[in-house]
Amino acid sequence: MTFDVAAVRREFPILSEIIDDRPIHYLDNGASAQTPLAVLDAVRRYETTSRANVLRGVHRLAERATELYEGARADVARFLGVQPMEIVFTGGCTAAINLVAHSYGQLLKRGDRVLISELEHHSNIVPWQMLRLRSGIELDALPVTPDGRIDLAALPKLITPETRLISLVHVSNVTGALLDVRKVVEAARTVGAKVMLDGAQRAPHGPLDLPSLGVDFYVLAGHKCYGPNGIGALWARSELLEAMPPFMGGGSMIARVTLAETTFAPPPRRFEAGTPPIGPAIGLGAACRWMAGLDWSAAHDHQMGLVQRVLDGLQDIEGARILGPASLQNRYPVVSFVLDGVHPHDVAQTLDSFGVAVRAGHHCAQPLMDRFDLDGTTRASMAPYNDTGDIDALLTGVRHAANTLR
Amino acid sequence: MSDELYQARIVTLAKSKTGAGKLSAPTRSARRDNPLCGDRVMIDVKLEGGRIAEIAHQVRGCLLCQASAAALAATAVGRDAAGVAELRHDAERAIGRESGKAHEPFDAFEPVANHKSRHECVLLPFEALEDALS
Repeated sequence: MTFDVAAVRREFPILSEIIDDRPIHYLDNGASAQTPLAVLDAVRRYETTSRANVLRGVHRLAERATELYEGARADVARFLGVQPMEIVFTGGCTAAINLVAHSYGQLLKRGDRVLISELEHHSNIVPWQMLRLRSGIELDALPVTPDGRIDLAALPKLITPETRLISLVHVSNVTGALLDVRKVVEAARTVGAKVMLDGAQRAPHGPLDLPSLGVDFYVLAGHKCYGPNGIGALWARSELLEAMPPFMGGGSMIARVTLAETTFAPPPRRFEAGTPPIGPAIGLGAACRWMAGLDWSAAHDHQMGLVQRVLDGLQDIEGARILGPASLQNRYPVVSFVLDGVHPHDVAQTLDSFGVAVRAGHHCAQPLMDRFDLDGTTRASMAPYNDTGDIDALLTGVRHAANTLR
Repeated sequence: MSDELYQARIVTLAKSKTGAGKLSAPTRSARRDNPLCGDRVMIDVKLEGGRIAEIAHQVRGCLLCQASAAALAATAVGRDAAGVAELRHDAERAIGRESGKAHEPFDAFEPVANHKSRHECVLLPFEALEDALS
């Protein structure tokens, strides 16, 4: 099926922007994706017709705001194939993982083990190291294969009867590798461990069916899913949320407060202390609806075609090497590469002069950079609105950097 | 535009690799990392009477950082901490953080003035050297 990329592009006004007489070739979607009119309109509509605080207000604007906010929760839940009351709005992916590390982490005791990997973003490493300092848990890490995948062959060695949680990246923000979730879940079940996936890079590529994945926690970031920033979501099985103590205290998360003690609201309210990011949540709901309306099979094929174009193009540039899978199997449209003799920041700066936006550096994955003895990589990360013109501009810029900077 | 940024003088400075390497018996050493981008500079100095007699640097960083370290190595010998501070003022003038005209070789960094995200690339070698001298 043909994917009408031009029609998708028309929904994103920023893609028509001209800077220094050049169009934008936005290939930094892994950091933040752009936002379609449907999301911008939903946020503007809330701000101009329904802006008020949610929950306890009895006036009509408050009722409208509450309805939109809870509607957004239902949109996110539908996108993930789960129940709305299992969705907790957070500030983002990092906030969601920290929530689990603090709250579920309180249920862990000294000597319990959490298993992560060398492929993780710092946001799925540091919160567990901090929990280790607080609670005396042990932290283990799965190694990474030479082609940038989590080495699941090491699972039997690293899962122990003390392993309580396995927290892994669903799609790598550096290599684009897709995790074999089934294998992880099967291994986890043998010792009764829970499984959490960092879905920051997977969620922007179409709806999920979390119950069939068999995981226990899932996190996503709004700004990577074509939504506003400052919003994200945690999904957890309802029985886990019920068992978890609150993370932050304040308004909205309580059942009853006296000066002597407080009882807490049921989930998800228990984990949403204070006034939530209402407009951003409504925007995330609209983004989930927008994503649900796209033909993701065609969009995925389209983006994999772009990945192939990058892989082929880099092959013809001397000293360009991919960090990640060389094939299109079980991967998503994130491509990291190094150019021998040219620092990634210099590649990225050169690309900027061609109107190409990419990210360069360690991508908040320093243990992975250490694993491959790299200072960093240059990363092109794609979205459905990218086209062959974006990739050709990328390759032209990389060739220019190769010819002038070494 | 990066073509403006990566002018021949900066590229030549970086490729000169002036002072690149280690000293066999440094008086002081220091390492500075830029946590935002992961660039790293290690500086060795041999001091005589409070002044730099020899200097060497290892840079794991971008072209701007390499060029700055080379320019620093070319100008730091014979200077004490106050003298190095003068060089830093020159670099800061070049990138537009201080007013006035920068002198050679740091005037080569004038194209960096419009790229604020890259200022730290130029200053990181200075910060490592200042640590070594403190």
